[in-house]
Amino acid sequence: MSKKVFMKGNEALAEAAIIAGCRYFFGYPITPQNEVPAYFAMRLPQVGGTFLQAESELAAINMVFGASAAGARVMTSSSSPGISLKQEGISYMAGAELPAVVVNMMRGGPGLGSIAGSQGDYFQAVKGGGHGDYRLIVLAPNSVQELADLTVLAFDLADRYRMVCMILGDGFLGQMSEPLVLPTPSGESFDKSDWVLDGAKDRAPRIVRSLRLTPEDALEKLNLRLQEKYHAVEQNETRSEEYMADDAEYLMVGFGISSRLLKAAVHSLRAQGVKAGLFRPVTLWPFPSKQLAACAAGKRRVLVVEMNAGQMVEDVRLAVNGSVPVDFLGRMAGMLPEIKTITERIKNYAA
Amino acid sequence: MQLNTREKVLEKIVFARNALLSEKAHHYCAGCGHGIVHRLLAELIDEFGIAQKTVLIAPVGCGVLAYFYIKVDGCEAAHGRVPAVATGLKRVNPENIVIAYQGDGDLLAIGTAETIHAANRGENITVVFINNALYGMTGGQMAPTSLVGQKTKTSPYGRSAAEAGYPIRACELLNSLEAPVFIERTGVHSVKQIIRTKKALKKGLANQIENRGYSFIEVLSMCPTGWGMKPVKAVEWIENQMVPYYPLENFRDR
Repeated sequence: MSKKVFMKGNEALAEAAIIAGCRYFFGYPITPQNEVPAYFAMRLPQVGGTFLQAESELAAINMVFGASAAGARVMTSSSSPGISLKQEGISYMAGAELPAVVVNMMRGGPGLGSIAGSQGDYFQAVKGGGHGDYRLIVLAPNSVQELADLTVLAFDLADRYRMVCMILGDGFLGQMSEPLVLPTPSGESFDKSDWVLDGAKDRAPRIVRSLRLTPEDALEKLNLRLQEKYHAVEQNETRSEEYMADDAEYLMVGFGISSRLLKAAVHSLRAQGVKAGLFRPVTLWPFPSKQLAACAAGKRRVLVVEMNAGQMVEDVRLAVNGSVPVDFLGRMAGMLPEIKTITERIKNYAA
Repeated sequence: MQLNTREKVLEKIVFARNALLSEKAHHYCAGCGHGIVHRLLAELIDEFGIAQKTVLIAPVGCGVLAYFYIKVDGCEAAHGRVPAVATGLKRVNPENIVIAYQGDGDLLAIGTAETIHAANRGENITVVFINNALYGMTGGQMAPTSLVGQKTKTSPYGRSAAEAGYPIRACELLNSLEAPVFIERTGVHSVKQIIRTKKALKKGLANQIENRGYSFIEVLSMCPTGWGMKPVKAVEWIENQMVPYYPLENFRDR
């Protein structure tokens, strides 16, 4: 078994990216993700890579666009307000079908908000964020170990589907330190030779673009191809975790750091004789609707806990489609829901 | 014998389309300067023998379809982000020759930050800046380079310095930075200036090929449609109106 190391989430993420073969990072400072660029600035020169602090988030994501078009594995990271700025480039990358990994260590919003961890950007990450019909693959780790593991996966998913893959963490996950075993590269390789821009050597020139003006290459054709690709992602890449859910009467649903609280709540409730369980989406898009519907079937109640005003709860309601009552408990502004509040809510249902 | 010699003379090609210029008909209006700059770039790419390693980044604006007209790898960039996309491409593949082709709204309004910082980092790229004193593609709105008093769709009474400030001189602005190695303003409104433009573009590309750093070539260019003028008048307008404000000179050649 590999050696355990003790690392901060943001640093484990960056090291995992390097393990995955990422050699280019473009970013702009913002709390609470500053350890990510700092780590890359220290490590990338050691492995022959390039770290560049951009003049803005807009510039950073467009440097990512250029690096991806040149065929590189490339990452940028930011936190909520900075991710809002990156939406422009993310939409262009979706249109040009360029792969990259974008990290959002969410903080409280709206506006400048706060620097504490939050989950207020679920809608932005999962429902669009930028303009046009496009999707991101959105991964929601709940531990430093999983943050590192999913980072390696994120690069493979991005390259496999030529999509932007977002790691949706939060300030708490990025800032906390936990023991982990650093991941190993998947070993999967991706042939980019038929689309990258590297000078038209011994081949016809090609163009990386999203503008589609003429009937011959109508935008609708691109849209249809994108939707076909997104459908394949939904079929193949949906991931979720269930914890003590089989015999549970009450099912709690949470993603990311909230699910850690819910795990503790499951233990507390079980100790008090209440059969509670947990369902955790690991991919927020594609959302594990089928898995959740199956898991929730026959339960007395579903409680969704998020660190926002109720965002993922909409997808949970769509998934269970009225078969089980769905309730919501959340806190905003970078505040954590208390485990006792959660367990009291469940016990009220039981009473 | 006499006849044969004559045939030979007739067969001698004195001018032909450069092989790197596509056969596709341009979408540019009559009298537009883009086509001239495209031709100069195609000729230089050919002369340097770099067609198989050039990446041309097209901006949002009339120049966006440049990648259809010059037969090299092409890349689109969001409005104003050409220097950032160029940075990404060049940092990954330093052996590629990256040409950032930009207009005035792109380079000096929405992309001012990207322009200044790519120049300030001394990115080893060649920036070609087409200054036609308005936004052409969107129908002739006021640009950062529109002259005081110039009537556009969004300055129907003429650009007011009190409200919109004064036109920005890109070369002079960038000339305050340490890193750039070459900064020059030229035009395509006369044969003499077209020859100067070609020389400046040649220097800009040579600098990149020799890894010398950031080169910036501003080209004053006609937009008869946007200016509401016949092409000949547009040529005169550059000489009489633009050149006095935008001096045609070399600002730096290191």
